[in-house]
Amino acid sequence: MRFSIYRYNPETDQKPYMQEYDLDTEANNCYMVLDALLAIKNTMDDTLTLRRSCREGVCGSDGMNINGKNGLACTTHLSSLKEPIVIRPLPSLPVVRDLVVDMTQFYQQYEKVKPYLQNTDPAPAKERLQSPAERAKLDGLYECILCACCTSSCPSFWWNPEKFIGPAGLLQAYRFIADSRDTQKSERLADLADPFSLFRCRGIMNCVDVCPKGLNPTKAINHIKELMLEEAV
Amino acid sequence: MNLATQLFDAVIVGGGGAGLRASLELAQSGLKVAVISKVFPTRSHTVSAQGGINAALGNTDGSDDWRWHMYDTVMGSDFLGDQDAIEYMCKNAPQTIYELEQMGLPFSRLDDGKIYQRAFGGQTRDFGGELVHRTCCAADRTGHAMLHTLYQKNIEAKAKFFNEWFAVDLVKTPEGIAGVIALHIETGEVVFLQARATVLATGGAGRIFQSTTNAHINTGDGFGMVLRAGLPLQDMEFWQFHPTGIAGAGVLITEGSRGEGGYLINKNGERYMERYAPHLKDLSCRDVVARSSMIEIREGRGCGPKGDHVLLKLDHLGADVINKRLPGIRELSITFAGVDPLKNPIPVIPTCHYLMGGIPTNVHAQVLTVKNGQDHVVEGLYAAGECACVSVHGANRLGANSLLDIVVFGRAAGLHVQQSVREGLGYRTPSPADIEAALAGLQRWNSNQNGESVDTIRTALQKIMQDDFGVFRTAEHMREGFKKLEKLQERLKLASIKDKSQCFNTSRIEALELDNLMATALATAYLANERTESRGAHARYDFPERDDKNWLKHSMYFADGKIDFRSVNMKPHEVETITLRDRE
Repeated sequence: MRFSIYRYNPETDQKPYMQEYDLDTEANNCYMVLDALLAIKNTMDDTLTLRRSCREGVCGSDGMNINGKNGLACTTHLSSLKEPIVIRPLPSLPVVRDLVVDMTQFYQQYEKVKPYLQNTDPAPAKERLQSPAERAKLDGLYECILCACCTSSCPSFWWNPEKFIGPAGLLQAYRFIADSRDTQKSERLADLADPFSLFRCRGIMNCVDVCPKGLNPTKAINHIKELMLEEAV
Repeated sequence: MNLATQLFDAVIVGGGGAGLRASLELAQSGLKVAVISKVFPTRSHTVSAQGGINAALGNTDGSDDWRWHMYDTVMGSDFLGDQDAIEYMCKNAPQTIYELEQMGLPFSRLDDGKIYQRAFGGQTRDFGGELVHRTCCAADRTGHAMLHTLYQKNIEAKAKFFNEWFAVDLVKTPEGIAGVIALHIETGEVVFLQARATVLATGGAGRIFQSTTNAHINTGDGFGMVLRAGLPLQDMEFWQFHPTGIAGAGVLITEGSRGEGGYLINKNGERYMERYAPHLKDLSCRDVVARSSMIEIREGRGCGPKGDHVLLKLDHLGADVINKRLPGIRELSITFAGVDPLKNPIPVIPTCHYLMGGIPTNVHAQVLTVKNGQDHVVEGLYAAGECACVSVHGANRLGANSLLDIVVFGRAAGLHVQQSVREGLGYRTPSPADIEAALAGLQRWNSNQNGESVDTIRTALQKIMQDDFGVFRTAEHMREGFKKLEKLQERLKLASIKDKSQCFNTSRIEALELDNLMATALATAYLANERTESRGAHARYDFPERDDKNWLKHSMYFADGKIDFRSVNMKPHEVETITLRDRE
């Protein structure tokens, strides 16, 4: 199969370029995009640089842009792709080298939403109780793997990466707002009430389209808006 | 060589569950702490744990007892587990779960609002009686939920992280461990992180095998570092093969799928575990189930055109149970096996999963060595999690005891480091030669030219381990494998990387990891050859029985090939010793 891969090493390259590789994917036992990238790195060109860890879609290391769409290399089947397979780093984040992007801004937006349970009541001796229905509200939220496929596909984030929290961060904001054990719902809503943090979402829904875990940040964002309205009334 | 030095009270190497639990304890204490992790913490392998975490809460069954949990763990360990450590873990398990819940871990729930608990392998009531439901879970994504929760709490506690920094080697002085040499992956910068206490939480090394459930990053970095510092590793012959890795891909299918009622079948559709283990059947210990599956395959009852796997049947559980309790399994099975478990059974095979052995420690996570037959604490060095051998798993780990191990002993490490620093644990000052020694491996890779590639050596190493040190072992195969490994080690010394750049050079990282894989593989080969009995996960055709007279002891391996032994602790503090007996 033919691959066209974005290359840039700041130590040696004036500017980025696309490099072509022809790989016998069958002989190398490659089923997923990650298999092919590692086969290229191992047998053809050890300078090709990418992140990878679990290779099963739960660690979120290998988010990249594959034939124009963000996704995880390890869960994207080669058989589902047209040739040449064009692989680029996640858009809008600064490139460190090849397919490795600088995710500092993405993590900063995540940290802004105080992504941890806050409960000001005294801790009980055992677990805090939570009904199965209350717990079910966290499904579709807690599974986020922080791969940044959604946020880096969001035009609103491209325009305002310093001020708009982006879909991944907002999904986690709602994960804690929706948790029956968290006591800081009002404070969390107030923190998002400025014109940028949440309201730069224009409902474009690229995030929903690309999420490799099938999560729906737009829905979470709309829930936050509804709750803000309720608080205001 | 003049290196930039940074001073900390504690440096934690590794950002998985054990490292993050230790750092949380320390960040909240006001000490100056740094976590260095070669990946962003939520990319650590804890994220892949699925089924759950054991604690005798009795939520599902109405009653349970940590003493029963302890009994099961000792039995599961085939008596190689240290009973004082197992007692500490099982007794502290309920409190540990409540802490995690209060941190925000989104556990699945029962109708009464308590944490849901499922059945898992080897878990019984009344000391070997009926199956018990002891495994707390967040659907089948418990490790993900735990790792993210711990990382989130570390954000709140403002812990300091060095993300995408690689620990090259420990710096050793005559008094103990002075800290660690660390390489910033993004820039190539090398610094000496000097610490009163260095905590290794570097996880496992499943990548020594060809077929493994482990992440690419599980390369035994702590094992290589400890061996190069002249310290021993313990019980390295005990590798767990998980009965249900997806055939071909190696991806894990949780034991929780059998806990929820799934079972294994051979090509005749027979539920063969009923024949091998009539009492616990598919929920027997993992070593028992893995061996049974391999026997089925070897005796011609395997499935598929090549008869090279068995099948895990789940469709009878129905869509409700699968979608609610095992949604991640369904997703993995569809992606990696092309099979929807709602309709068809999943092709599975025993797959390398977990190392019971590791860096010997006491229950405070202090690293031990042996001098003149006596345990000796290594000053300034701790280890917790899969890289440590405390030993709560002995010769075979029970499912859902690993997530418990990492939080219980990560916490224990944090507590003891605090206490030691308050009691005046100081710094050890290395000589220039001590620093040079810790840089030797890195300098070799920087200067070697025109050698074989990292991938060539790594592939050969994984093939040797897979062929000669798998589920069943014999002296003949292991001797062969051992000879091949020794030759490969010589080739590794001359291997080289073409990419010498500084910026995010993952080839250099893989090269350093390969040194650690080789060190781990050699330790495994030495000790597996040495132990002439079958116990837990170490199963030999030529010595099929457990031999308590000669082998009820921990084995220790040093990098120079020296082998030593430690006795197994059979003296718990609060309960009676669990005495030797046969397993099912």
